[in-house]
Amino acid sequence: MYGHCRRQLYGRSFLRCVQERKGFHVSLIATGLALAAQEPAGLLPAREQMALSLGWHIVLACFGVAFPAMIFVMHWLGVYRDDAVALTLAKRWGKVAAVLFAIGAVSGTVLSFEMGLLWPGLMGTFGDVIGLPFAFEGLSFFTEAIFLGIYLYGWGRIPPKRHLLMLLPMGAAGVAGTFFILSVNAWMNDPTGFRIVDGEVVDVQPWAAMLNDQVWLQFVHMWVAAFMVVGFVMASVYAVGMLRGRTDRHHRLGFIVPFAFGSAAAVAQPLVGHFLGLRVADTQPAKLAAFELATETESPSPLRIGGLLVDGQVRYNFDIPYLGSIIARNSFTKPVQGLDTIPLENQPPVNIVHIAFQGMVGIGTLLALAAVLFWFMRRRGTDLLGNRWWLRFIALAGPLAVVALELGWIATEVGRQPWVVYGVMRTSEAAGENSGLWWLLGATVLLYGAMTVGAVVVLRSMSRRWREGEEDLPSPYGPQLADAGRVES
Amino acid sequence: MTLALVVAAAMFTGILAYALFGGADFGSGFFDLTAGGSRGGAALRTQIDHSIGPVWEANHVWLIYVLVMWWTAFPTAFAAAMNTLIIPMLLALLGIVLRGASFAFRKYAATLAQARLFGVVFAGSSLITPFFLGAVAGAIASGRVPAEGRGDLVGSWINPTSVIGGVAAVGTCAFLAGVFLTADSSRAGAQELESRLRRLTMGVGLLTGLVVLGALVPLREDAPTLAQGLQGRAAPLVVVSALAGVATLVLLYRRSYVAARVAAVLAVAAVILGWGVGQYPWMLVDELRIEEAAGASATLEALLVVVVLAGVLVLPALAYLYRLTQSEPWTHGHH
Repeated sequence: MYGHCRRQLYGRSFLRCVQERKGFHVSLIATGLALAAQEPAGLLPAREQMALSLGWHIVLACFGVAFPAMIFVMHWLGVYRDDAVALTLAKRWGKVAAVLFAIGAVSGTVLSFEMGLLWPGLMGTFGDVIGLPFAFEGLSFFTEAIFLGIYLYGWGRIPPKRHLLMLLPMGAAGVAGTFFILSVNAWMNDPTGFRIVDGEVVDVQPWAAMLNDQVWLQFVHMWVAAFMVVGFVMASVYAVGMLRGRTDRHHRLGFIVPFAFGSAAAVAQPLVGHFLGLRVADTQPAKLAAFELATETESPSPLRIGGLLVDGQVRYNFDIPYLGSIIARNSFTKPVQGLDTIPLENQPPVNIVHIAFQGMVGIGTLLALAAVLFWFMRRRGTDLLGNRWWLRFIALAGPLAVVALELGWIATEVGRQPWVVYGVMRTSEAAGENSGLWWLLGATVLLYGAMTVGAVVVLRSMSRRWREGEEDLPSPYGPQLADAGRVES
Repeated sequence: MTLALVVAAAMFTGILAYALFGGADFGSGFFDLTAGGSRGGAALRTQIDHSIGPVWEANHVWLIYVLVMWWTAFPTAFAAAMNTLIIPMLLALLGIVLRGASFAFRKYAATLAQARLFGVVFAGSSLITPFFLGAVAGAIASGRVPAEGRGDLVGSWINPTSVIGGVAAVGTCAFLAGVFLTADSSRAGAQELESRLRRLTMGVGLLTGLVVLGALVPLREDAPTLAQGLQGRAAPLVVVSALAGVATLVLLYRRSYVAARVAAVLAVAAVILGWGVGQYPWMLVDELRIEEAAGASATLEALLVVVVLAGVLVLPALAYLYRLTQSEPWTHGHH
């Protein structure tokens, strides 16, 4: 019943007006109305369900984006430099990609369904505003899936140089797909391309919605993050091998190519993140306040390291004067707008956002410094690959990069709350009335748990068999092995 | 022809493609399930790996295409269907996840025991998805998805039309898969496998044909709007489907597999088209017309750009993939 008037109140023009007056007091009236409506039963489980399925898929999506480029370099070395070790690595990585892309494809499909199943209010209201980038993402996924099929099964069946080229559309499609998905997310943070008149969405401009102001920075941030994740994860795999004494060229090459990609990404990322942060100050002051744990508007703002909000007080923090204004606002004086200027109903869960944000920045900085250190030392003639502490660190760097990725998504998604479409639609308005979703969440935990175990078991067994010199990994259903299996059992 | 109708047709083309190509992939699960023990079924399972391995992910994307077209072009209808049909949608999704993951896992499984486990999951889940997607189609076609509010959470998909839809979907998927696999094994020179698949496929085809044609009787009661369409506007398609189905069986009997493939595709395509034409002009039968369900026209126009791009970028690539899989070097040898 309140839906229409709420949507009207929270319409874009209303929001702009509120923001331009630098105050959110008008929206107090509106949130009073919003609070009058009860939270739907499907809200909390839907959130957890979305967090789980997105958080799981995003890791695999990174592989879809960044892995083809790394395989391309390996495969190129193999074909054009006659490097047999590189060619073997490319072949093996192709098989790893087959497993990862399969579970990436199905977990991505889960998200397509969940958009409608969990958030009927969002898709029913804004489907035609923001569906276009999803449609383009569908095309990207199509292209990637087609060329993946050709690449995986093309070994020995397509002329080598042409076979190598099949990775290019795959990699390009992964990058394009990132752009389109991030376009949707950027729109949720900075909605545009429509107007709300009398509670109805009108004047829909899908291209403007897709090419919103925020998409480019968010896209670059995620694109670079994907290369960090895959680069450091792959490097950590080979670092573990080297720790176990396998320091042959195979491992060194398997380390250095992904690590080079990961290094470039890690060094670029702080800069990209910085520019994205500057935008957040303008578009989502509540999110920035939570990032920085700025309870009050201070000029200049300090950089607050650590800290928790306990009963409205910031505790356990360490402040560096001026640095908050410098980093978040590119200024010596401009303040970070404090949480006290934002009504409680419009604030995100502050501690989660703050911790997630600082965790991401902390890990990102660490990885960037490590990358600089490695290449600096290498230039000076010291190869850190001979250092066990370095290898141990790199073994951890892969998981750390994944953690940073997850923290980044938590920071931006939880930081947008209580909105699903910032300033326009509350997450509670997007959810359905599905009280049974807790069962679904339980089942999903089991399913994704099983899928994770399956993937780990299979990938580890592949690596074990490769070490034992078995290169082709024939299916156990193949007639010869079926016979052998019969004898064993 | 209105803009909304053009986009609906483009979306329905995706449904058709998914039913044919994705359907054939899912249908191979039926043959995997009935292939017998590890030893006896090894040749068939290897053939299935070989046939669907390169193409299943691409074929699967048709579903994504349909979903995004649906929610972008017809957002209210999409939200309504998802809201009422949450249970069969989730079960279809479960099948999709289990099928894709276990298929990939089985291919690289280290031991026979693991391969058996993944294989059973792959084969079983391959039947789940077509059944529930067929049930979803039945729910929509029998007018059980209200445009506003929420329909019956259970009755909407446990009813004669949905059950017929589900069984027909499983049957047509298995039929298509059977024809494709028979042709593939014949091309690979596996005679024993070929004759076994050929017999089984003829049986599946006969049964499915009977279900689909026999369904017309209960549909009159349970889904009058659809039945009326099927007997009226869509009647020629029903006839084409029946004829093509019979032709497929004859061609299989005569071992003309290349022609049988064409006839089988025609038979299934005509059934799916018949459903679409039969329920026209409804998007949600008796509830919401295509025109009423359409979103902003600027968005529909933008989607046409996507469709054109799909035609220019994706279809040639897809054709290249299919051509490769049918070529000589891809028919033999195992990778």
